[in-house]
Amino acid sequence: MAVYSVIVHVSPLPGVLDPSAAAVMRALPALGFDGVSNAQIGKIITFDVESNNIDSARAEVDEMCQHLLANPVIEIYSIDIAPANESVSA
Amino acid sequence: MSQSTIAIPVFPGTNCEADVAHAVTLFGGIAKVLYHDETNLEGIDGVIIPGGFAHGDYLRTGAIARFSPIMPAIEKLSQKGVPILGVCNGFQILCEAKMLPGALQKNVGMKFICQETGLEVVSSSPITSRLSQGTRLTIPINHFEGNYTCDDSTYENLVKNNQIVLRYTDNPNGSRDSIAGICNERRNVVGLMPHPERASEEILGNSDGAEMLRSFMDAVVSSRMALPA
Repeated sequence: MAVYSVIVHVSPLPGVLDPSAAAVMRALPALGFDGVSNAQIGKIITFDVESNNIDSARAEVDEMCQHLLANPVIEIYSIDIAPANESVSA
Repeated sequence: MSQSTIAIPVFPGTNCEADVAHAVTLFGGIAKVLYHDETNLEGIDGVIIPGGFAHGDYLRTGAIARFSPIMPAIEKLSQKGVPILGVCNGFQILCEAKMLPGALQKNVGMKFICQETGLEVVSSSPITSRLSQGTRLTIPINHFEGNYTCDDSTYENLVKNNQIVLRYTDNPNGSRDSIAGICNERRNVVGLMPHPERASEEILGNSDGAEMLRSFMDAVVSSRMALPA
């Protein structure tokens, strides 16, 4: 068994209205930051997981996302995974 | 027929169970408040999942609650045709559990909304059978994540199968097509964001929710008559 570091990125499904991002998009111009578009607000979930190899770890994390970490009805997710002693690229 | 027994599941963070239990009693039922680790629902004739913040609504509303030990037992009852109602957080939990389609996300405008809200009855269901289509009601809402969201094909199915039960008259939270409540295809599982139990008797200043809860108790009696003893 090896330990893998995982970063799960959860973001709103494209096309689903993102009220928090809409609020940010309204607030930024008010502060004088112009030219900002396509804001999205999601979540980053990080953890370590034990598994036989990186493929089985990835499959397990994918299942975690399907069941709990993301709601596929309104969210998409992506998974970054690497052996725990190497750094995972965010 | 003996009184009907309504299970009211309580998760850590649920806060409307006493109001729902009071309303169930008011309309002739026996309220049985059950903790979320209960798996035996023998003798239960209907379920009302009350509002609150189950498991703190961490991650997403209802995301953790849906894995509580009581949920498979509730789903089993729903497959027998037993009426299941989710109010507010209960609606969110039923969506996360895939017992109802779609999801509830943050209100447009990013505000927690606590106010009386106009509703219109769209179709007959376990909470609207006593109300004709087009009936206007005023019922309180109290939520941050009440913005009903679903993809186009889910929405087309809701319309095609007449599963939209209630619409807001003045969409306060950005819900798709002003949806305030829906039911499943079989029409025995219903979720709505407004709180009929908070408007169920004159002393509360509003009794518009009474006919909804009486409808639910009717549905429970019909389901008991349809089920093998």
